[in-house]
Amino acid sequence: MIHFENVGKRYAEGGEALSGVNLQLDAREMAFLTGHSGAGKSTLLKLIGLIERASYGQVIINGKNFTRLGRRAIPYVRRDIGIIFQNHKLLNDRTVFDNVALPLVIAGQPHRDIQRRVHASLDKVGLLDKERMLPLALSGGEQQRVGIARAVVNKPPLLVADEPTGNLDPTLSAEIMNLFAEFNQVGVTVLIASHDIDLITRMGKRVLVLEKGRLLSGHSDSEGVQ
Amino acid sequence: MARHATRRSPHRSATRLPSSEGVSTRSASTAAVRRQRGKGRLRGYFKGHLQALFLSLGRVSRNPLSSLMTIAVIGIALALPAGLHVALKNVQGVSAGWEDAVQISLFLNQGVEAAEVTRIVEQISTMPAIEAVVHVTPQQALDEFRQYSGFGEALDALDENPLPNVLLVRPTRAASEPLMVEPLLHELRSLPAVEMAQLDMEWLKRLYAIMAIGERAVLVLGVLLALAVLLIVGNTIRLAIQNRRDEIEVQKLIGATDAFIRRPFLYSGLWHGLLGAVMAWLLVTLSLSLLHGPVQRLSLLYNSHFSLGSLELVAVLVVLAVGGLLGLLGAWLAVGRHLRDIEPT
Repeated sequence: MIHFENVGKRYAEGGEALSGVNLQLDAREMAFLTGHSGAGKSTLLKLIGLIERASYGQVIINGKNFTRLGRRAIPYVRRDIGIIFQNHKLLNDRTVFDNVALPLVIAGQPHRDIQRRVHASLDKVGLLDKERMLPLALSGGEQQRVGIARAVVNKPPLLVADEPTGNLDPTLSAEIMNLFAEFNQVGVTVLIASHDIDLITRMGKRVLVLEKGRLLSGHSDSEGVQ
Repeated sequence: MARHATRRSPHRSATRLPSSEGVSTRSASTAAVRRQRGKGRLRGYFKGHLQALFLSLGRVSRNPLSSLMTIAVIGIALALPAGLHVALKNVQGVSAGWEDAVQISLFLNQGVEAAEVTRIVEQISTMPAIEAVVHVTPQQALDEFRQYSGFGEALDALDENPLPNVLLVRPTRAASEPLMVEPLLHELRSLPAVEMAQLDMEWLKRLYAIMAIGERAVLVLGVLLALAVLLIVGNTIRLAIQNRRDEIEVQKLIGATDAFIRRPFLYSGLWHGLLGAVMAWLLVTLSLSLLHGPVQRLSLLYNSHFSLGSLELVAVLVVLAVGGLLGLLGAWLAVGRHLRDIEPT
């Protein structure tokens, strides 16, 4: 599902955020990406979300080679990747329902499907009763769950999350992680960047460690051995 | 991708080879699927446009004050040329009846006998270049003058009628051409009983020349103001894009195409332009209704039945179309410049 081949990213301001990263994440796999801040976690996720392009090497996601992707093809590729951001990136002047519906509206789904799928998605994250509220009226954890509902509403095969529990207390964080595990159980490939080592360890999935832009061999903490 | 393609192609041709029948049915079915998909896409396309249409209208109405100000500025900018156009049309309307009425007034010498006048009328009537001759006796001229000039009372102070016999000579259409009418004028002027021959056309020519300048001025002004509308809409849309920077970023992140993001802004420009045009129409209509009374009074003083014409239907449609197009174009320019700069980071 995710295939990095000797991938590097240099920024114009100098400094190499990623260098020589090789990574293989199979379909239906769930993994955590960890490392100190500045180790390149965000950069790696940005390459997957096509927010940045690799300076060298091959990034192949879901069978598509990003290195050769034209600007016009980017939106369609992004629709197959559910991205969850630390700061939620919700539209604060629209209701929860409208926020979650946005990917479907963008994809031009029929109206009745939108209603049904948004409700299913909100039900999954336990926010069905808040669909008419504005995001700012919700707690941080709830906003994050709206973001998750939006990411999964069009059933992408791949979910990518950047510090999804960054601002949440341990209980809420665990809830969110379990939610991701549930999605993984129904066949979604999940990659989560997080520096919450305790939580990651408890989840018992494969852990990828980045250090100064290099990927240390993706070791596992318990049964999630590759 | 190229590698994938080359890897896949032999496989594909191999599956196609075995039976030509299979190929044809399959291609027929894929064509049907494609057509179906094309139809769905077309429906999705229109639906997307409809959504954007109403979304943008909602945004315009959600910000009533700033929208109204922009619309008012556009309205005034469009109302100026439209109003001047109406004014010109009215002037043209007043003078339209005069256009083909080339007429030569022959003022006869004082004291020409009535019999002599009749003879001259007959003589002129038989000339091939003449269509008609009307004899206005001094008494008729006096009555007419009394009726139309408004100086009736002043005339009563005169002892005798100072007006001469006048022959109003209308040349045939062919003889009315500028080149033909000059020699005719000379000929009539040389008749012994004629004191003065006047061609009532020079001032008309000047009037038309002035109106041509007016038309050109309206055109120039219109182009300049159209440019202004373009800039106003462009700026409004630019601000709207900046205000929605975060939203655009989020939309791009979850797979919105440029067209999807562009659409509401284009429709917003279209709405501003259209509503501005409606405003222009209202402004012109209002101004004309304010002018209506005074113009009516003035035209009564001239004993004329002239009444101020309003913006005709075609002109209203033109104003609406121009407003809408300028709005769309202004938005297009702004969107093209500024949307590309916003990329998620």
